[in-house]
Amino acid sequence: MPETILVVTEQREGKLNRVSWETLAAGQAIASETGWTLEAAVIGDGVSAIANEIAAKKTAKVYAVESPALKTYTPDAFSAGLKQFLTSRQPKLVLMPHTYQVRDFIPKLATAMGRSVVSDCIGFRKDKDGGKLLFTRQMFQGKFAADVSLQCDAPWFVTFQNGAFRGDKVETGASAAPVEVVKVEIPAETVRTKPQEVFKEAKQAVDLTQAEIIVSVGRGIKEQKNIELAKQLADALGGEIAASRPICDSGWLPMDRQIGSSGQTVAPKLYLALGISGAIQHIVGMKGARSVVAINKDHEAPIFEIADVAVVGNLFDIVPPLIEEVKKAKS
Amino acid sequence: MKILVCVKQVPQKDAPLKLNESGTWIREDVSYEVNEPDAFALEEALRQKEKHGGEVVAITAGPARAQQVLREALAKGADRAIHLEDPGFVGLDAFNTARAFAAAIKDEKFDLIFTGLQSDDYGFAQTGVILADLMGWPHATIIMQIEKSDGGIKVKRELEAGYFQFVEMPLPAVLTIQSGINKLRYATLIGIKQAKNKPLRKVTLAEVQSAIGANLQKIERMYIPQKTKKTEYLEGSPGEIAKKLVDKLRNEIRVL
Repeated sequence: MPETILVVTEQREGKLNRVSWETLAAGQAIASETGWTLEAAVIGDGVSAIANEIAAKKTAKVYAVESPALKTYTPDAFSAGLKQFLTSRQPKLVLMPHTYQVRDFIPKLATAMGRSVVSDCIGFRKDKDGGKLLFTRQMFQGKFAADVSLQCDAPWFVTFQNGAFRGDKVETGASAAPVEVVKVEIPAETVRTKPQEVFKEAKQAVDLTQAEIIVSVGRGIKEQKNIELAKQLADALGGEIAASRPICDSGWLPMDRQIGSSGQTVAPKLYLALGISGAIQHIVGMKGARSVVAINKDHEAPIFEIADVAVVGNLFDIVPPLIEEVKKAKS
Repeated sequence: MKILVCVKQVPQKDAPLKLNESGTWIREDVSYEVNEPDAFALEEALRQKEKHGGEVVAITAGPARAQQVLREALAKGADRAIHLEDPGFVGLDAFNTARAFAAAIKDEKFDLIFTGLQSDDYGFAQTGVILADLMGWPHATIIMQIEKSDGGIKVKRELEAGYFQFVEMPLPAVLTIQSGINKLRYATLIGIKQAKNKPLRKVTLAEVQSAIGANLQKIERMYIPQKTKKTEYLEGSPGEIAKKLVDKLRNEIRVL
């Protein structure tokens, strides 16, 4: 019997998270490389409709892993429910999207099974001898990549970064895959955390997702008073000002102007990054931009990996004449 | 409340990093600093102690140089520190690091353990959650606020895209702390002086060896990422660069 790859999708209130399709695409790619069988699962309470939705895609089988205790997410219930399910199924490889929810429970699940998670991967490959399956992840804030192998027995746990695979490239199956509902037992007293409703802090005042031009600042801006320079450039270009997380944490710009995994995800025509090094958490929020222009004095800054136009230099030297040139061009 | 804070020493943010000869790790002759989210975790622990009383203990695993992050923690107000000291700790995976910490604190009784949400070097984002499971404690990750409640704590978890959620849980518990939860303090001169006399317990690799095992994952090769995009570098004086850039914005990117 061939080995099995199991993709565990993520749903919230009956809707599949978009990155679930990306992880399914990753599973399909690994299956075609290895010849292993691809299966998928969705976790919750009464989730067979979502399982049916997944079953339209190219996969051998879809499981709806269900329990009343899985209706609302808690790390205790999700870890216990999945442990029961995985122990009975024995897949070789378990794939999940690297979401905040998965980060919250997958290390616990793997530990409870005496296994390990290769987290936040961006790809996979077979090693040169064609044997070992390696998973590629970023290290040192994206300055390096590493090919990582698992040294333990199955199941191997791997999570994939948002955007690592194309969700719209998921292959559809010739016919719908069979769906099986699996009931798991989770005693109520084993769930120790009590989650409340998910909420949004304040109404988001600025919707950066619609902006065509974004001028974004990072640590390289150095001081709060220098934000004004970036604002002038944004004004000259007719764009919005935004920032990486540390700038908003410092209160130099409001939180609703933050781009990245904990802020907004944008796809403007132009993303002009000033003094942004390009940590992974920032990149996931802006890599959909049509053009990226980066100005940074560190020539090794990871932002240059994804920049179309790069300027290695001091932003305080370059931005003032740039503002003047933009004004000239516009007049 | 008795709080343990896990802190890690990582290369400085703008340190130029080079690969070692075997291409599996960096050359370690660089400048180091405390992992940023861990600094916020320490600050939060100090604030909780100031509010509710108790003790703050900082723990790290790493070679002799890593003592620096403990000294800083003591200077900022931590009461004592634990140093799992050996160059070998650098190469442990998250499971082994958590097992080593659990072994080193087996005779302690903490109410809370804080870690930063992830480290700037490996970026596993796992050690805290694994430690919670090893201790048999509940946990929550990416925390932006902590309040005492009846019989436990109420914490604010950050979710994606600007969403949050409050979660209640009993103590003891493990929390992984998000950067920006508070404003960091500086160590005072008097704090730095006092730090020299605060207790720092050293734990050798041999003492925790029986608690850890072979790594469950291995870095086969580390390398500079292959570029997927063609990048055009603009050079010249600032004025020339500004002209070239505006030309691109107008004729290629077409936003002017």
